Amino acid sequence: MTPVTADLRLQVVSNPRYLCAIRELVAVSARQLGFAEAQCSQIALAVDEAVSNIIKHGYAGVADRPIWIELTPTQDAARGPGVRIVIEDEARQVDPGEIKGRDLDDVRPGGLGVHIIREVMDNAVYERRDHAGMRLTLTKLLSSPAKACDAACNCVPHQPAPQPPPPPPST
Amino acid sequence: MPDPTPIAVTLKQLPSGQVVVSAKGDIGYHEAPTLRNVIREAYDKKPKGLIVELSGVDYMATPGLATLVEALQISKKSQIPLTLAGMTERVRAVFEIARLHTVFRIVPDLDAALAP
Repeated sequence: MTPVTADLRLQVVSNPRYLCAIRELVAVSARQLGFAEAQCSQIALAVDEAVSNIIKHGYAGVADRPIWIELTPTQDAARGPGVRIVIEDEARQVDPGEIKGRDLDDVRPGGLGVHIIREVMDNAVYERRDHAGMRLTLTKLLSSPAKACDAACNCVPHQPAPQPPPPPPST
Repeated sequence: MPDPTPIAVTLKQLPSGQVVVSAKGDIGYHEAPTLRNVIREAYDKKPKGLIVELSGVDYMATPGLATLVEALQISKKSQIPLTLAGMTERVRAVFEIARLHTVFRIVPDLDAALAP
């Protein structure tokens, strides 16, 4: 039997029409893991920005190429629960060191996606996949608040959804 | 058949000579061109001012920001004042993360935008 490595694994084609569904799925999943609304919205934003970048820059707008998104809850003994999201593609490979957001003082359209991703997530690591394409690993802890939200935005994480009891041992 | 997009954008010309562009829905990579087209249509009318009303927008990604930065550049060139009205908290947070909240005229609602 193939071991399950992620709670959620989605394959989607590089068509922007599915971005809305991707961010809804990510936001709802983050909510199930106990993230607050503002955090869920920003996690979905980070994934949306990453997938948009793959579609626009990696695949140059070609709409039938594969993108994989994996979402896994994490548990750090010292820092508590969180989520890891891995986004992979088969697009052209680039030097991870060259993936940077633009200078924010230079006000012009575009170039903000990477800055937003790095800002709203705790960690964002780009790397080349072995054979083709790129991998982006995003992590966020429940205890890490949403960015740029004020006291009115209710960014305190609520309790995680109760887990179902484990299945009885098979006989 | 064109793709349905989760955004509705309307344009209204006021007797004052101002134009209000109202957006409702998400503004991401897929939807931003719809907003961009209506904003360009608004500038073509040579209004005294352009107000982009965003109270119906609960989600904006960087393509939406880019569309509004592009509008700001047109406004500066054409000397047509641009105002963003009714921004939700979530959208405001994205502007702050991108440090764009200081470069736009942002007011709480349409009434404030229309006030002399």
